Amino acid sequence: MHVVDLEQQSVRDLNAALHRLTPDTNETLWQVTNSGGKHAIGAGVDAPIDIVIKGNVGYYCAGMNKQASITIHGNAGQGVAENMMSGRVHVMGDASQSAGATGRGGLLIVEGDAAARCGISMKGIDIIVKGSIGAMSAFMAQAGNLVVLGDAGEALGDSIYEATVFVRGKVKSLGADCIEKPMSADDKTRLSGILAGAGVETVSPEDFRMYASARRLYNFHIDNLSSY
Amino acid sequence: MSSAKPIRTEPRFSATFDRYTISEIQRAAATGIYDIRGGGAKRRVPHFDDLLFLGASVSRYPLEGYREKCGTDVVLGSRFAKRPIHLKTPVTIAGMSFGALSAPAKEALGRGATAVGTSTTTGDGGMTNEEREHSSILVYQLLPSRYGMNPDDLRRADAIEIVVGQGAKPGGGGMLLGQKISERVAEMRTLPAGIDQRSASRHPDWTGPDDLEIKIEEIREITDWQKPIYVKVGASRPYYDTALAVKSGADVVVIDGMQGGTAATQEVFIENVGIPTLAAIRPAVEALQELGMHRKVQLIVSGGIRNGADVAKALALGADAVAIGTAALIAMGDNSPALESEYQKLGSTAGAYDDWHEGLDPAGITTQDPELAKRLDPAVAGRRLANYLSVLTLEAQTIARACGKSHIHNLEPEDLVALTVEAAAITRVPLVGTSWIPGRD
Repeated sequence: MHVVDLEQQSVRDLNAALHRLTPDTNETLWQVTNSGGKHAIGAGVDAPIDIVIKGNVGYYCAGMNKQASITIHGNAGQGVAENMMSGRVHVMGDASQSAGATGRGGLLIVEGDAAARCGISMKGIDIIVKGSIGAMSAFMAQAGNLVVLGDAGEALGDSIYEATVFVRGKVKSLGADCIEKPMSADDKTRLSGILAGAGVETVSPEDFRMYASARRLYNFHIDNLSSY
Repeated sequence: MSSAKPIRTEPRFSATFDRYTISEIQRAAATGIYDIRGGGAKRRVPHFDDLLFLGASVSRYPLEGYREKCGTDVVLGSRFAKRPIHLKTPVTIAGMSFGALSAPAKEALGRGATAVGTSTTTGDGGMTNEEREHSSILVYQLLPSRYGMNPDDLRRADAIEIVVGQGAKPGGGGMLLGQKISERVAEMRTLPAGIDQRSASRHPDWTGPDDLEIKIEEIREITDWQKPIYVKVGASRPYYDTALAVKSGADVVVIDGMQGGTAATQEVFIENVGIPTLAAIRPAVEALQELGMHRKVQLIVSGGIRNGADVAKALALGADAVAIGTAALIAMGDNSPALESEYQKLGSTAGAYDDWHEGLDPAGITTQDPELAKRLDPAVAGRRLANYLSVLTLEAQTIARACGKSHIHNLEPEDLVALTVEAAAITRVPLVGTSWIPGRD
């Protein structure tokens, strides 16, 4: 296992070493210590490796991740796993704003709560938050699934496109063009898969309510002016 | 009774309620919705025409027009990037998306820019293989929508432009109407075909200059500090925006004035928000100078650049390079008189056609209709663009030589005078025939 102590080496040293890895690398286990809330830790990794980060991380940890499995034993700052393409990012603590923003693939797991704008503009990523999420989450979410075991803040799914939001707790309010929809068998299967992937075994898909786009605002029409 | 007609004055049109204004009121009353169009501000605003070069005289000697060298190259991104880009001409191609423009148009932009050794820029829709293939130097935009954003394209770009805003609509997002959303455009943007595609006005994962600094750090980390990072803003508060972009770690600042074009925005927004290009340059340059960053962080100016004189004037005021968008489309065939009958069918006329959002462009440029797009031969259009870019460079060189400069970057405000009091005040050069700089003396 490679151990990188961020009190001894810089984030640049770490990321440069991670970026040098090729798809067939045998250096597949990495541990980062003394992360100290530094920014952009593990950003831009593109290799099938496991990275364990001991401590809190700053902004954009695991940004644009491809393939890697990154576990953060602490809290994550703004934009964790932003624009993730594939792989898995697991936050053992809480996540700040814009967790998983614009993510295109892979799985983001937050054991604690996620702040405002969780899953904003998401484009295919699956996000599961075991606590609650803040306001304006899934704003303009285009594709993928946001699963919340706790509650959701106000204006959930505002201007949502084709993403799906599953919430087990209360929703403070829904945003423009976001409505509750009945869950189909396919939806339940998809949700079960995400729950299983995140190691959630005690919760059933039936415990959730599903929210998605009413598709009323997909084409601008003057009659819908009051909705904007 | 006399049958003589009463003597009347000529019908008089109002300067306030002119014909265009009346037609807009009538259109609004009939439809209940604002007017959307492409292009930039069309109203008269202070512009480069309000400046003149002094040329050489007894105290300054010129360079021989056809014999003495006058350099035109420019390096962008020398502050932090390991691989700055080196252009042969300071005229670059501004960001325009595949989606707003057809695939042949994007290819033609790449071909034209590459032929003269300059860069072209992606847009709000991601990078296509065609434009990467045909652009030797390609700038990849990171926009609020993040349509098509991915780390592979970040790494195969030559520079990255973080777009905060654009001159046609500082503070506004975008809207690509459903009629231009073909299957391919929809796939690149991860959305269903045929629906309106809204682009957010704010970035999803950062707010304000402190966040921007960290965002830039992330992009540098992902690209291993190889690529120049630009920050593009619509001209509104150029002094502060430039200073904040520098503070945030930008290699290059791009300022786009209100004459800069858009694919589709409300007319009222285009004409009433933001400031003219001319008014944005000196405040931006002053911010760079006060920070000791002039020529270290490069400044690109865009919005209404039409000829080599505009290029030379922008550089003399302190810019390092300029970018063109609308003029490049015109060079490729947009608004050609040869298409007059087709423009008339669309309710417009050559020279005024700006309904680019409708996707019906008879020139095949601002459309996703495959039949219309086929009309544009990318090789021919690329050659026309290359010709035009060469002319811009030659014209700027001609002026620089006349001012005695061996490189166009040696042009300076002292080479200029202003034709109007307002131009003198906003560019800090003296009113012609005087030594008066309003507001300074």
